[in-house]
Amino acid sequence: MIAYLARRLVQSVLILLGVSIITFALLYLLPADPVRQIAGRSATPQTVENIRVQLGLDQPFLVQYWRYLTNLVTGDLGRSYIQRSEVSTLIAARLPASLLLMVGAIFFELLIGLTMGIVAAVKRGSAVDQTLMLGSFVGVSAPQFVIGLLLLYIFGVQLGWFPIGGYGTWRHLVLPSLTLGILGAGWYSRMMRSSMIDVLRQDYIRTARAKGLTRAAILLRHALPNAILPVIAMIGIDIGIFMGGIVVVESVFGWPGIGQLAWQAIQRVDIPIIMGVTLVSACAIVLGNLLADIVAPFIDPRIKLR
Amino acid sequence: MTVPVAPEITSAPQVGRPRRGVWHRLIRRKLALIGLAIILITVLGAIFAPWLTPYDPNEQMFDGLTLEGAPLPPSAQFWLGTDLLGRDLATRILYGARTSLIIGIVANGAALIIGALVGITAGYFRGWIGSALMRFTDLMMAFPALLLAICLAAILQPSLWIVALVIALVNWVQTARIIFTETSSLAEREFIDAERTIGAGTPRILFRHILPHLVPSLIVWGTLGISTTVLLEATLSYLGIGVQPPTASWGNIIFENQTYFQAAPWLVFFPGAAILALALAFNLVGDALRDILDPTQRGKA
Repeated sequence: MIAYLARRLVQSVLILLGVSIITFALLYLLPADPVRQIAGRSATPQTVENIRVQLGLDQPFLVQYWRYLTNLVTGDLGRSYIQRSEVSTLIAARLPASLLLMVGAIFFELLIGLTMGIVAAVKRGSAVDQTLMLGSFVGVSAPQFVIGLLLLYIFGVQLGWFPIGGYGTWRHLVLPSLTLGILGAGWYSRMMRSSMIDVLRQDYIRTARAKGLTRAAILLRHALPNAILPVIAMIGIDIGIFMGGIVVVESVFGWPGIGQLAWQAIQRVDIPIIMGVTLVSACAIVLGNLLADIVAPFIDPRIKLR
Repeated sequence: MTVPVAPEITSAPQVGRPRRGVWHRLIRRKLALIGLAIILITVLGAIFAPWLTPYDPNEQMFDGLTLEGAPLPPSAQFWLGTDLLGRDLATRILYGARTSLIIGIVANGAALIIGALVGITAGYFRGWIGSALMRFTDLMMAFPALLLAICLAAILQPSLWIVALVIALVNWVQTARIIFTETSSLAEREFIDAERTIGAGTPRILFRHILPHLVPSLIVWGTLGISTTVLLEATLSYLGIGVQPPTASWGNIIFENQTYFQAAPWLVFFPGAAILALALAFNLVGDALRDILDPTQRGKA
């Protein structure tokens, strides 16, 4: 276990190193010039050149990357070109809002997805099952910005139950997290359905039925706990999906998280922020996958860590 | 004392035969049939757009706005209403189908080719090239795909083809992993060894024996991938960094009109429904194909 963890950690660090090189290279090679953005249209060539030297952007690629990397090791993500503050401070200020959004999304995707999956498995083959499975396909096929705008229109504008944007109370959290969670709900309902069907086929369920337990007792006490675990173990993998989704969802709802931070930075070619958010996202994805792999053998002892 | 056991000769699995019934099995599934119908309608709408509508997609009509300059709701004259520039929404959605289908086919085709090349090379040749390719694939998995696509599209001054390229560069990873797994297990099978012993060259093995076995997976992931592609294009265009107006795309129709969204919600919901329907259709067909073509999944659903 220890050896496995150590190896996975080394791998993770290497992957993050790779992500940082590729992102840095992409941003270095792309045609947009950050200095022009900072200096503005009316700047003289001399000013532009001064800013370039000041930011160290006149240096060769490898020198720039090496400096970025050595700073990164000490936890320094650099300064924003435009906001003139530390990227790590900016990200730290926005991260709680995004984490809150993700927790809300996990709540909704499990609530909706697991319920749909359980009902579909119990009613397997019926019209209810088919409708629910069509619903799960709709969930994975709906663009998040359309879901967001639809929920905003129905529950925000027409019914007035929830605020149409912003941040603060639990009411603000409902619509954005529901929007972010619907995609996952689609996946979870399908996984839950097949996991439940697998469990319901097992001999011990037949035994439980044979000894005369009620249907409800069999489902809730015997089938559900075994069926639900492997599904919940997938939560780690969701983080990767969320990391893309927050850019869209946060921009639809004006949610002040790292998704919006990234989106604004991309529009202004604020490279240090783009680098920072990409690295934080990649960290979250790598950790999420690692988590999913580590919990797997605890849930199903047949799985061995290699 | 051990009894020598005659080596079991596994014959090459039959290729082609199970595929004969695919079409028949596909159209017998209700959900797949719905999907096929939506795809057919979209393709016909995209091809015959100029004959199906009396309007031009970019024509800003004088009678297309109210006197106050607001978009018109759906009516007999403008079936789905007009947008904020007084253009017929139904016409723009019809022409937008062209954008979605072109990107769906081009970007997804490119992603499929890249993924297949990487997967086959890594799975068949192994060695340092194979492990380098797969490590690179792992690395790509750690990128938040949407964020990467947004970065690339925002900085590259997008056009239709750049958007397709960006989507292809982001979407090949899944295919590569699946094709890698399949190729490496195929490469170890005895019928491939047998081919090698009778002196078959690498190209012959790859094209005659490996590739045909990958066709079902490529069909399944190719179909499911179009759905992902359509959604990604819509999202990029919605953010204003995908297909650029005046070229109509379902995503950029919403991008252009969302300021009017509270007063004229049809401007968001009709194109939104079109995106959902097309993505759903390819998901339904792809999932049915997976059930039919993938023997490991058979009997599970």
